[in-house]
Amino acid sequence: MLQVSLYRYNPESDEAPYMQDFSVDTGDRDLMVLDVLELIKADHDGSVTYRRSCREGVCGSDGLNMNGKNGLACITPLSESIKGGKLVIRPLPGLPVIRDLVVDMSLFYAQYEKVQPYLQNPTPAPAIERLQSPEERAQLDGLYECILCACCSTSCPSFWWNPDRFVGPAGLLQAYRFLADSRDTATEDRLAKLDDPFSVFRCHGIQNCVNVCPKGLNPTKAIGHIRTMLLNRAT
Amino acid sequence: MRAALQLAQSGYKTAVISKVFPTRSHTVSAQGGITCAIASADPQDDWRWHMYDTVKGSDYIGDQDAIEYMCSVGPEAIFELEHMGLPFSRTEEGRIYQRPFGGQSKNFGEGGQAARTCAAADRTGHALLHTLYQNNIKNETVFFNEWFAVDLVKNQDDAVVGVIAICIETGETVYVKSKATVFATGGAGRIYASTTNAHINTGDGMGMALRAGVPAQDMEMWQFHPTGIYGAGTLVTEGCRGEGGYLVNKDGERFMERYAPNAKDLAGRDVVARSMVLEILEGRGCGPNGDHVKLKLDHLGEEVLESRLPGICELSRTFAHVDPVKEPIPVVPTCHYMMGGIPTNVHGQALTVDAQGSDAVIPGLYACGEVACVSVHGANRLGGNSLLDLVVFGRASGLFIEKSLREGIELRDASQTDIEAAGARLEALNAREQGEQVAPLRHELQEIMQNHFGVFRTGEFMREGIAKLADLRERVENVALADRSSAFNTSRIECLELQNLFETAEATAVVAEARDESRGAHAREDFTERDDENWLCHSLYQSEGKQVSKRSVNFTPQTVETFQPKARSY
Repeated sequence: MLQVSLYRYNPESDEAPYMQDFSVDTGDRDLMVLDVLELIKADHDGSVTYRRSCREGVCGSDGLNMNGKNGLACITPLSESIKGGKLVIRPLPGLPVIRDLVVDMSLFYAQYEKVQPYLQNPTPAPAIERLQSPEERAQLDGLYECILCACCSTSCPSFWWNPDRFVGPAGLLQAYRFLADSRDTATEDRLAKLDDPFSVFRCHGIQNCVNVCPKGLNPTKAIGHIRTMLLNRAT
Repeated sequence: MRAALQLAQSGYKTAVISKVFPTRSHTVSAQGGITCAIASADPQDDWRWHMYDTVKGSDYIGDQDAIEYMCSVGPEAIFELEHMGLPFSRTEEGRIYQRPFGGQSKNFGEGGQAARTCAAADRTGHALLHTLYQNNIKNETVFFNEWFAVDLVKNQDDAVVGVIAICIETGETVYVKSKATVFATGGAGRIYASTTNAHINTGDGMGMALRAGVPAQDMEMWQFHPTGIYGAGTLVTEGCRGEGGYLVNKDGERFMERYAPNAKDLAGRDVVARSMVLEILEGRGCGPNGDHVKLKLDHLGEEVLESRLPGICELSRTFAHVDPVKEPIPVVPTCHYMMGGIPTNVHGQALTVDAQGSDAVIPGLYACGEVACVSVHGANRLGGNSLLDLVVFGRASGLFIEKSLREGIELRDASQTDIEAAGARLEALNAREQGEQVAPLRHELQEIMQNHFGVFRTGEFMREGIAKLADLRERVENVALADRSSAFNTSRIECLELQNLFETAEATAVVAEARDESRGAHAREDFTERDDENWLCHSLYQSEGKQVSKRSVNFTPQTVETFQPKARSY
């Protein structure tokens, strides 16, 4: 039997959040954490609340804090997560909790929208695709794969302090994804919008984002590139 | 999302209701690519060849006017996506990279294997969905995220004038009034126990449509993807075989050479899936239970795998505990795609048939993507055609609605009674004190479908399945809430989803039993031959009275000659 401790909070009935323990029969299988949540919801308590969709690590719904580390529940096997025989599951830290493991991601999405995450190129498009060499396209690898799960930004102390002013690792990764795209012509405008003390420069290179990214991406490196572009622009 | 983008760009007030944040939708899981004759890999490529392949792949019950529209408009729609920023992989010439996929040919089947599937590595769906969402942000589309559409609202003329929707976060329930309601609600793979589909693929559009008296077309046609990871069900793209991977049995034999001597592992998905099941049934399956086969990729080399199939390497390591660079991936045919759906024309308008058997438009209702049956996939969808379908017909729906709005759409307002009728199911669920829990009922439904309506089907066994479903119906209708809270109540949503799954499953079951022939994905052991005399047509299902009827297939494309049905071999 696996001992699971879950963060519970229902705004309608609970004064304060609390931890609830469950004893789950995993049949000694190395299940994913999401499978354990599904077992709890089906067999123990149908009111346990969390988000989930693809269950294969590409939709980004089930970012959670498992035994102290952010990750996606659907691709985190128990063998990688269990500490001291116990699984402690909490919502992603730093965002308001709506209910149980579900957080309000509005601030996170607002920072994403702030970087204008879409290609900008006012020149008339050709009749076919805009050409891009494999080398130019390779510049987008490690950037476009982001799934907006918020594991990175909610593990970042700078984002905890200034979620309204620091764009955060996820948003900045996307900002650089468009700065790095040979087809995008809005570089100057994009940099101007980021050139303040908070948007980019609140990153202190702690690299929590890199440690938790379930897709193996490196926001710190992308932020480094943006810093360089901003500094070059200033001189 | 493509339809919403078109409408947002046109300046009309457009809202998207989505039960998940838009980038969590199942399109995100599409891997291998989007098939289209953009003439990058082969400058001579021709959309008519793509059309031929699609008609043949459909086993001749795809509508040729719709396939013609999709294949000919496709290139324009792909280039638009590229201009929006979709990060396609590239060729040395700087053009979009295209890879070979199953069922593709040059020169109407005479010129060998084509490479026609445009790809962004093996994350094409992710790249596509994010690009569409990003461009909707750019165009300031209004999103109702984590809102769940419950049922259609119809006025006294039987026109669709919006939906009842519930805000998942707060439980607030409203009537969303609309001049044009577009379903892009995706598939329902969760009717089966083993599926590549996301948890959210619960046939919500099908459920709403069937309850509102809208017919469903070709619901017996479910695609079983040859390569779902054994045990986990997660998808491994056909692009693996496009890049040179192949299937082996327990003897290490490349068995597809026996079943499809020309196309081998790139035959149609229905053909490959059936061949795999036959290998397993004949005792040549792998593993201690001999219940799967393996997909061999290691001969392609680490460099190709990491650059062309990085997502597959990741999934295989996570879910199969196998590194494809070193050893083959255990795979098994897994429910993947619903070829059937709400019948529509090429403008996305939902159709029904009138008393004379002629097509009649249902005012106010549109459908596109997997929930629609326009029909471009017929009895078997070709890989890479689903993304093209949703982009082309999402766009077409948007264009048509834009034109209709400009010309003026007059629908009578729903009365209070109409609105209450649409809200009745939710009301009843909220009021019910006793009943069974959702999870065991869902499990029971999925087991019935898995056992009685799988890759191979027989009449007697299907009739048993239909009887079991009939017993289950009342219990599903009386499902009870495990949680009565208003705040982010996922239990309530799962109950509503279960009822949608049930409607979809029952439609599938009844029509599968009725079609007494084998065609495309529908393989009957008691009727092993294709029967063009009686079944070269769509099936149509009405939930009231569980009526099955037939609807003709379109054989009159506008600019090319009809592709006549012939024996289908690969």
